[in-house]
Amino acid sequence: MEGTGLDTDKEQFAGEPAAFRESHGSAGAAVVGPAGVSNTAMSFFSFIGTWGLRVLGNFGAIAVFFSLAFVNIFRRKQLREITNHIYYIGAKSSLIVMLVALFTGMVLGLQLFYTLVKFGSVGALGSAISLSLVRELGPVLTAIMVTARAGSGMTAEIGILRNSEQIDALYTMGIDPVRYLISPRIAASIISFPLLTAFFDLVGIIGGYLTGVVLLGTNAGTYFYRVQSSLGMLDIRGGFIKSLVFGAIVSCICCFQGYFCHMRTDGFGAKSVGLATVSAVVLSCVMILITDYVVTSFLM
Amino acid sequence: METPLIEFRNVTKRFGEKTVLDNINLSIYKNQVTTIIGKSGTGKSVLLKHIIGLLKPDEGTILFQGKPVNEMKKSEWEAHRDRIAYLFQNNALFDSMTVMDNVAFPLRQTTGLSGAEIEKRAMKRIEDLELVEAVRKFPSELSGGMQKRVALARALVTDPEIVLFDEPTTGQDPIRKNMILSMVIHYRRKFGFTAIMISHDIPDVFFISDRIVILWEGSVGFEGVYEDALRSKVPMIDEFLRSLDGFQDELTGLLSREAFKMHYAAMLGSTTTEANFSAALFSVRLYLLHEALGPQAAVEALRALGEYINKHFNHIGMFSARQSRDEILTIFPHKNIDEVRQLVADFSQELEGGAIDHIKDIATAGADADTCFDIYIRAGITEISPEDTIDQIIDNARAKQEIIVTHRCDFGGIEQ
Repeated sequence: MEGTGLDTDKEQFAGEPAAFRESHGSAGAAVVGPAGVSNTAMSFFSFIGTWGLRVLGNFGAIAVFFSLAFVNIFRRKQLREITNHIYYIGAKSSLIVMLVALFTGMVLGLQLFYTLVKFGSVGALGSAISLSLVRELGPVLTAIMVTARAGSGMTAEIGILRNSEQIDALYTMGIDPVRYLISPRIAASIISFPLLTAFFDLVGIIGGYLTGVVLLGTNAGTYFYRVQSSLGMLDIRGGFIKSLVFGAIVSCICCFQGYFCHMRTDGFGAKSVGLATVSAVVLSCVMILITDYVVTSFLM
Repeated sequence: METPLIEFRNVTKRFGEKTVLDNINLSIYKNQVTTIIGKSGTGKSVLLKHIIGLLKPDEGTILFQGKPVNEMKKSEWEAHRDRIAYLFQNNALFDSMTVMDNVAFPLRQTTGLSGAEIEKRAMKRIEDLELVEAVRKFPSELSGGMQKRVALARALVTDPEIVLFDEPTTGQDPIRKNMILSMVIHYRRKFGFTAIMISHDIPDVFFISDRIVILWEGSVGFEGVYEDALRSKVPMIDEFLRSLDGFQDELTGLLSREAFKMHYAAMLGSTTTEANFSAALFSVRLYLLHEALGPQAAVEALRALGEYINKHFNHIGMFSARQSRDEILTIFPHKNIDEVRQLVADFSQELEGGAIDHIKDIATAGADADTCFDIYIRAGITEISPEDTIDQIIDNARAKQEIIVTHRCDFGGIEQ
């Protein structure tokens, strides 16, 4: 692109969420204070106002981005792409998720065994492990692991597509980039996250069995009886609802960061892809924990 | 008056403090090749991106067939956009897809054609651009020139009505540069598309362009036919055009048109009015050869003709240059028309004795063994009077053209 720099790219999302443009436009607005108000105070309020507007604008943009992508999931010719991404996000993440699940379950088995022994309640080991895994640890740790493995990959891939004008190329061919690039990833995440969470829960319970029963000698029948009797559909459903929400949030944040990496003000080119990837992972993890609290408070 | 297909009205585009397009007024007409030239950073790519909607003007309006884009409904604009293909300056190939997938991709995504039909159409374009050996390779495994051709194949695979070429020949060797331009003109003739092209490949780009637009400091410095640009003698534009035109035509090795003019002026200035001058205009029907054998063979044939003219005439004091895509004008100082006839007769013997076979070999190298075609090389000889312009000499010689060498297909064939 000739002599235009990043600002040119800033416009290269014709048909994309207007809220994003507006949020970035407002971010740099100068604030001129009325006479008599100190500069420090004005700067403070200006900063707060600008920051607030920017955060609000970004949330609005992400909401619009997600809505557009979600609607496009149900368009023609999406099945193949969605299947491909389920393979990448789901199937290829399953090993790492199960490994983490195994050791999480084993650590839980150890920790809870020695805690419960003090209260003479070792028989409740199965309940404690299964409930903590199915309600909280399963969805949260699965989401964090998939963010690290697949989410970062999504951001980097989409960011590179943006910087090398491949997204613009899609637009010029009459192919909606959001439909082609974003919708299948979001759909695949929404499908894969609950499945991976189910794997995590199952393998985690087996991990707890290995330490609690095989290693430390808790009765196997008691362990599985407690698992079966304490877990209700409500717990399982709650865990799956969380994983669905996390799937939508993680994929949306990761795709959004990659898709608009050219609009970053803190780095250009390859650096902007790196920064977008870092932001995507950090923001996803934070949002997973915040959302976990919010969803839990609704489910309890 | 014809309504322009695309019209820029007072379009201004700024990036921060920098005004890249400054109150641009520009018209692009249907079925024409419009070439945009200008120094780096004058907003040529920005202009193209406005046409496809990747950028929007800060001020002013862009009209499609008289209707302002900003007043169009989304569906209406999308219908317009679907008629346009864009060849990016940096190719913008999908680097995780093979060449075949890249070329077939627009058809797979935007049409309901069967897989076999899509593959057939994509393969046709791949063959046209001599990419068959790269069909299963990824873009990163290809040279820059091949990547450009893949991008060109992808742009043309949907048979668009308007094609925007952002430096389509950058990084290509002279043969392929001409081949690509030849394809542009060939497809335009065949499918009737409108081409808007950024290119600095002199002289070919001017041979194939109906109109040129010179962007200067963010404004339109000139808009019209190339000859008018040369005649306008606006100092900045004149200097720029001269800077583009080198001393030599890189395809044929003959003089550039500018150098030819200088030689011609110098020849007239250094001789008396009684001196004899003659000229011969050689030509090969490039477009028919292209039809029969494809773009590369046609360009190779033209280059071979240029090389033979160079070898045969230039060492004895003649000078030659291409005056159109497939016409080469040779000036014979101090030779009367009879002497020139004898020289051309000798030349035609040399051509028949080897050159025409060489041209034929090149032309048939990429064709089937049983492909039948003829090559006719024509020459027109005329005398020159000192007040004749080059255009007049060409017209006179063209009127006297006759076939001097023939390669005939043994079992028929079409005349080239």
